[in-house]
Amino acid sequence: MAQHTRGAVGPVAGERDDAERLAARRRATRRTRLAAFGFVLPVVLYSVLFFLYPIVRTGELSLQHYTFMSYFTGQADFVGLDNYVTIFGHPLFPRVVLNTAVFTVVSLVFQFAIGLALAVFFNRTFPLSALFRSLILVPWLLPVIVSATTWRWMFYKDYGIVNALLGTHIGWLSDPSWSLWAVIIANIWLGIPFNLVLLYGGLQAIPEGLYEAAALDGAGPWRRFRSISWPLLRPVTQVTLLLGLVYTIKAFDVIWVITKGGPVDSSQTLATWSYKLSFQGGTEQSLSLGATVATLLFLVALVLGLFYIRTQRKEMDA
Amino acid sequence: MRPRTGRRWLTTAVGLVLCAGLLFPLYWMVNVSLTKPSDLVRTPPLLLPLDPTLDGYRLALQQNLGALGTSLWISLATVVLVLVIALPAAYGMSKLRAPGTGALMFTFLLAQMVPSVVVVTALFALYKQLGLLNTPFGLVLADSTASVPFAIILLQAFMRTIPDELLEAARIDGAGRLRTFGSIVVPLSRNAVVTAGLFAFLFAWGDFLNAQTLTSGNSITPITLALFRFVGAESTNWNAVMASAVLASIPATVLLVFAQRYVAAGVTAGAVKD
Repeated sequence: MAQHTRGAVGPVAGERDDAERLAARRRATRRTRLAAFGFVLPVVLYSVLFFLYPIVRTGELSLQHYTFMSYFTGQADFVGLDNYVTIFGHPLFPRVVLNTAVFTVVSLVFQFAIGLALAVFFNRTFPLSALFRSLILVPWLLPVIVSATTWRWMFYKDYGIVNALLGTHIGWLSDPSWSLWAVIIANIWLGIPFNLVLLYGGLQAIPEGLYEAAALDGAGPWRRFRSISWPLLRPVTQVTLLLGLVYTIKAFDVIWVITKGGPVDSSQTLATWSYKLSFQGGTEQSLSLGATVATLLFLVALVLGLFYIRTQRKEMDA
Repeated sequence: MRPRTGRRWLTTAVGLVLCAGLLFPLYWMVNVSLTKPSDLVRTPPLLLPLDPTLDGYRLALQQNLGALGTSLWISLATVVLVLVIALPAAYGMSKLRAPGTGALMFTFLLAQMVPSVVVVTALFALYKQLGLLNTPFGLVLADSTASVPFAIILLQAFMRTIPDELLEAARIDGAGRLRTFGSIVVPLSRNAVVTAGLFAFLFAWGDFLNAQTLTSGNSITPITLALFRFVGAESTNWNAVMASAVLASIPATVLLVFAQRYVAAGVTAGAVKD
């Protein structure tokens, strides 16, 4: 370090000058660090309050008995894992977990498959292709409430367009054996643009020349997809699926607007059940029970999130 | 040459069909918003608004114009708050090598994974204690949490591309760090700032959960909440409900048309959505 500076300044600089310069430099570095700290301090405080605290507080609530009175006093007794015992033993628990799994997996599979098919289709230029691509993004940018409200009307049993097109008379919103499928269909539609964008980006990054060479060797479209696109798309596929998984498992708005988790909890997932227990539970209402379910949901999301960050890291190192 | 061009247009035709199919629900929203209530209970439903009415829009505006205004200023306030927090943070992290940058990035990546139900449950308990329930400030703070991580990730990635020599030159000319930040870094990051602000606006505009949980009664009613309540109250006037939905879609549509460049930048950079 010192030698570099000396070389830059000139050969005559004495020992004392050097020491002084070093000290000045150290002071400057300290000041830079202090300034840097000043710039990030607001966001550090913000993160503690809005990212760290909610997790801790929700976890704390799940260990307390937060009663109707607590809504006014803010006081609640510590009850250990009682709420977890209540939730795990709740008659609805197995159903809600199953619903969450079905909702997440089915949504994800179809969003991904349709998004991939569209990405492959749009991975060539033809007249108006850019316009179509950006139009398909519109549903993504709209408030989920807007799309969900529209789907709700489309699913109406008597006057809805879905039954009219299918020639059926299904009570999508009123029949407990169909309600979950209604929200899944709407959610698949909501997720297609996200999958399309990520996978399209991935396909665009694959060099054109590879396809040309394969075509010269006589590989057909399917073969080119299997042997070039699919393997080279693998990192993007991983990210898309993992992010999709996290976003789908915590989906709330779409379910709440279309079915509110009903009828009779037939389309309840962990996210909506947690909310219902916290805020709309009637006699059963308890912020503690809601927080318990929320904490369980968070733990699942956390594991998936860490997994995502790890694959991202590996990707960067590779 | 001929058959080639022909095939390309055939692809366009297929693309058109796919696009139309995917956007059908949005067409349906507009169609229903223009249909008379008496025609809404026809089976099969009318595919085209052949006998359109604007009554739905009249009722929607009468009922929900205030909510649109509320959404507008809540969203704008959220944009300001998000940028005020994210810009200095991104500068500190990308250009000043602030201590703990790695930990912060990790926090933001993870923060995007936290279910909003978790956040809102805790915020409800906190706001109750602090008296922030039913306050615009409380709602804006809660809405900002959806955008701050995304904004910082986007902005700091952009600021990294600003050459250090440029900032050093400013320092030599006697500009302090705050001055360098204000008159060089922020103006140079304009495009990223617009993208971050735009998405903060869209996320806040689309928020439903925070408004539904942290406000009650009619204290602050953004359009999403108004629409949700409208569905319950106006179960027969679905044209008015869908007209409200169309009105709630205006900002996203306007931004997509006029700020497409920035939308595309955000979409490719972050791909984040609750």
